[in-house]
Amino acid sequence: MLRGLLWFSAFLTVAVLVIIVGYIFYKGFRLINFDFIFGDYSPVGHGGIWPMIVTTIYTIVISLLIATPIGILSAVYLQEYAKQGRLVRMIRFATESLTGIPSIIYGLFGAVFFVTTLKLGMSIIAASLTLTIIVLPVIIRTTEEALKTVPPAYREGSLALGTTKLQTLYKVILPSAMPGILSGIILSMGRIVGESAAIFLTAGTVAAMPDSIFSSARTLTVHSYLVTQESGDIELAAAVGIVLIVIILVLNLSATFISKKLNKADY
Amino acid sequence: MNTTVMGSNKEVRKGKLSQMNDQSADKAKISVNDLDLFYGEKQALYRVSLDIQEKEVTALIGPSGCGKSTFLRTLNRMNDLIDGVKISGEIEIDNENIYQSSDVIKLRTKVGMVFQKPNLFPMSIFDNVAYGPRMQGIKNKKELNKIVEESLRGAAIWDEVKDRLKTSALGLSGGQQQRVCIARAIAMKPAVILMDEPTSALDPISTLKVEELIANMKKDYTIVIVTHNMQQAARISDKTAFFLNGEVIEYDETSNIFSMPKDQRTEDYVTGRFG
Repeated sequence: MLRGLLWFSAFLTVAVLVIIVGYIFYKGFRLINFDFIFGDYSPVGHGGIWPMIVTTIYTIVISLLIATPIGILSAVYLQEYAKQGRLVRMIRFATESLTGIPSIIYGLFGAVFFVTTLKLGMSIIAASLTLTIIVLPVIIRTTEEALKTVPPAYREGSLALGTTKLQTLYKVILPSAMPGILSGIILSMGRIVGESAAIFLTAGTVAAMPDSIFSSARTLTVHSYLVTQESGDIELAAAVGIVLIVIILVLNLSATFISKKLNKADY
Repeated sequence: MNTTVMGSNKEVRKGKLSQMNDQSADKAKISVNDLDLFYGEKQALYRVSLDIQEKEVTALIGPSGCGKSTFLRTLNRMNDLIDGVKISGEIEIDNENIYQSSDVIKLRTKVGMVFQKPNLFPMSIFDNVAYGPRMQGIKNKKELNKIVEESLRGAAIWDEVKDRLKTSALGLSGGQQQRVCIARAIAMKPAVILMDEPTSALDPISTLKVEELIANMKKDYTIVIVTHNMQQAARISDKTAFFLNGEVIEYDETSNIFSMPKDQRTEDYVTGRFG
């Protein structure tokens, strides 16, 4: 009986995934061709989505370039250097709370602060900075967890050999924590690619190839949303969805690949 | 040995239970005087005073929680890593007070340590042994090769690993890993090697190999070893200190500790009445 229930739950989970992905592929795959992916956007017909792909990649790269070093350094500070006490507990509580806030709130903040106050305007950079704030807690949390799993014996072993704290961190602790840190970065990528509300409010919806990171532009998710909203073209939205799924898959696989490479390089 | 009992020796007036060998005119390698240690409010060591001689094996025995490991870790200042540890008293190594000089790095290159469980890094065998020297700035490949070979030979494991130096150190057996840990400590060319129950995680045959190794190493190094295993202390050490509740109860030639202990508590412990 219990066995059956467990089996059924597992089956249901897989089935839902298969149905959703299957439905999107079924609806959208007919639109997928070279021109659709690499063509420039035009409002008539289904238009190319190359500008949106480029915009999406821009936001991923810029947000991660900013969030990764800050996140890792913060986690290292909290875990390895800070005196564990009230202040650190408060910072941890704050980062944990930040992960739970709906992204539209971040979007509103970004629209007020980055777009208006800092006069960045609706732009890729304003969206990327907003996304940085969204993924920062994710990177800090996962990095902290990864650092916690490094056996204290490594630390002791290294320090007992007359190394400095920094050498120990750089040569022993961070390399052993690397797989965990990378999985945090992968999670963040998913978060960035999947985000729509916050980007909508900060990067705007201009459906054209961005001239620079200061241009307003449209990411894939925003495009998918607008297409459904404006024209009700489910097929087009599904085709965009397929591209999104493939991008996430490629990013995940390459991150796993890099993490394996890094681990091998250790010895 | 009867000097302690008579209490006329000036070492005894200094509060030392040590210095049993009257002929030792030479200065001790490590000299500990009135060492108190607190973890926060809790006192873990009480007025520990003992002299450790160069190129001897000194065993620290006693029941769990008696402070022997804590004492060992004061000798390379590993206790500094724990929040709230306070220390008073003196520890001199080669006449230098190690808590007055602030160069912990230099101290730890001079006083190596081997831990209870093998703690090799997830790197190759070669990189593990070369780790310490590399961190000291040695980059020359030839020099590193030489240090690694010498260290592994010194730890009697060269023949077992020479063909797989570039493979992961974590693929070795526990006993082999522990000997590579010893090689890693030797690679720093330390004067003193501290061992914190180095065989407690090993099988009897690996334990035997490590014990043989320790016996061979004492011609080059001053070794201080914490052990739970009294037979081990009896087999490999020259001097033995018996710790109980943070105090050194008795410190003497190992043969005396095991055959004619002076304190009743030592006798009870070494004959297995408690502990």
